[in-house]
Amino acid sequence: MSVQARVVVEDRGIDVSFDVADGETVALLGPNGAGKSTTLAVLGGLLRPDAGQVVLDGQELTGPGRWVAPHARRTALLAQDPLLFPHLSALENVAFGPRSTGTGRRTARAAARHWLAEVDAAELAGRRPARLSGGQAQRVAIARALAAEPRLLLLDEPMAALDVAVAPALRTLLRRVLTGRTTVIVTHHVLDALLLADRVVVIEGGRVAEQGPTAEVLSRPRSAFAARFAGLDLVAGTATPDGVRRPDGLLLHGTLGDPAPRPGADAVAVFRPSAVAAHKEPPGGSPRNALPVTVTELEPLGDLVRVRAGELSADVTVASVAELGLAPGVAVTFVVKATEVDVYAR
Amino acid sequence: MSRARHVGLPRWVFAPALLAAAFVVLPVVAMTTRIDWAALPTLVTSEGARSALLLSLRTSSASTVLCLLLGVPLATVLARSEARWIGLLRALVLLPLVLPPVVGGIALLAAFGRQGLLGGHLETFGLRIAFTSVAVVLAQTFVSLPFLVVSLEGALRTAGERYDVVAASLGARPTTVLRRVTLPLVLPGLASGTVLAFARSLGEFGATITFAGSLEGTTRTLPLLIYNLRVTDADAAVALSLVLVAVAVVVIALVRPRGAL
Repeated sequence: MSVQARVVVEDRGIDVSFDVADGETVALLGPNGAGKSTTLAVLGGLLRPDAGQVVLDGQELTGPGRWVAPHARRTALLAQDPLLFPHLSALENVAFGPRSTGTGRRTARAAARHWLAEVDAAELAGRRPARLSGGQAQRVAIARALAAEPRLLLLDEPMAALDVAVAPALRTLLRRVLTGRTTVIVTHHVLDALLLADRVVVIEGGRVAEQGPTAEVLSRPRSAFAARFAGLDLVAGTATPDGVRRPDGLLLHGTLGDPAPRPGADAVAVFRPSAVAAHKEPPGGSPRNALPVTVTELEPLGDLVRVRAGELSADVTVASVAELGLAPGVAVTFVVKATEVDVYAR
Repeated sequence: MSRARHVGLPRWVFAPALLAAAFVVLPVVAMTTRIDWAALPTLVTSEGARSALLLSLRTSSASTVLCLLLGVPLATVLARSEARWIGLLRALVLLPLVLPPVVGGIALLAAFGRQGLLGGHLETFGLRIAFTSVAVVLAQTFVSLPFLVVSLEGALRTAGERYDVVAASLGARPTTVLRRVTLPLVLPGLASGTVLAFARSLGEFGATITFAGSLEGTTRTLPLLIYNLRVTDADAAVALSLVLVAVAVVVIALVRPRGAL
């Protein structure tokens, strides 16, 4: 069930297109307001785009002069809130999809039992949603979506409302049931992308900033968002023979990737925040890159502190935070060795 | 049991608040002091009283059913449609709520009376509505419909569309969504709207007497009988009023807001 989608929503400034191959899981990544949920709504037929086209398995669902109602698309939607029908038991919730598409009561219940067992929630069959925990409710909601036998599964941050303690188990469950299923998932969590998605599509400001296989995009990001998402620092500019020159003229030396970007072409320099040191004054010595920055925020990271300065960040010890007197508004210099900086074409 | 302390009310508020409650309760209590308890069983089971009560129950039930048949679709459209003229439609539909019932009766006569807009045409088919039991039902429906529509629309808006969206994404057609998700979720609102409509129908007076008249057995409902009796047989009027008070108490018990009583 492959998908070809182009979504244009003018008043939200969205114009994105991407494909999903049969049985593939694609993650839509991007900052809040980038248009991910809007794109999902268009795929599910909840929103009519100004222009564009949604083709599922060769059938046009949305397009110029063409509109298939949400219930006829077979694109089940699962949001961060499980939204189980409160007046129905877990079993009846899961049986809702099959019942609605004309399956007999007995067969629908059997299917519901099967899917509840599939998400390890067989013992919850008789419970009302009010008596389920958040994690249990989301399991039942997953079973309900799968029982509808969707051609395309749409997941809108399915783990965002869950306790951190139950999210990993649910992620493992999703990884199991999504295998071989055509799925589009919107997420803010890097683990969702790594464990669930075959490919990622990064949307920024209503446009596709980059897309590709998950491992490739997250290890060699080309967009600021993907770098931040993967926990990497990224400096964009134009290629020089041994690095990247930022638009403001600052030069970053690094290791040219293969293939090396042509000098003058758009390129990015990418490095790990743990490779960055913070100094009060710019140090001497040529193999080191110095980036003057102003600290914007500090956040704890294990036994380190992640020092954010706009788009860039450095992971430093608690001792050096105290020593340097780091706090939002303080000017410091981020220093990173040229050997730690990867440079490749944008 | 511990109770959450809210910000304290000014003490003087309690005086007018108690006065308001007394103002409502006192007349009803006063009425019970006027009742001839010994004669009560005879008075409320007299031939005229029984026929009026039965007529009231029959017509009120019929008008409640009519309110449900017409009001549920109307409330759904008002709550869910995004058309621009919906605001105007809502204002028009709520008109009976603020209109004096007598005016409602005159309006109904203008529409369904013998010389009325539709009444003349209906007459040619041998259908006469004005001054029949059907007229009683129409008058009651006219005044009660907004009660059902308002409470159901409120419930539908509060419930929101999120569950409807999920149901549709699972493959449910709009009719299935309405039947299995939308309406079951607003059942409490629907129930209280229905009871309110029934109560309003039971107490209907102005529109009924104007549009249907006061003919014993066909259009003289309990409120009309009480009004007739209040001069000739005050004891009977008070006794029958007590019957309506009893019904009202039952109604309030059925639709009481959560947490009350």
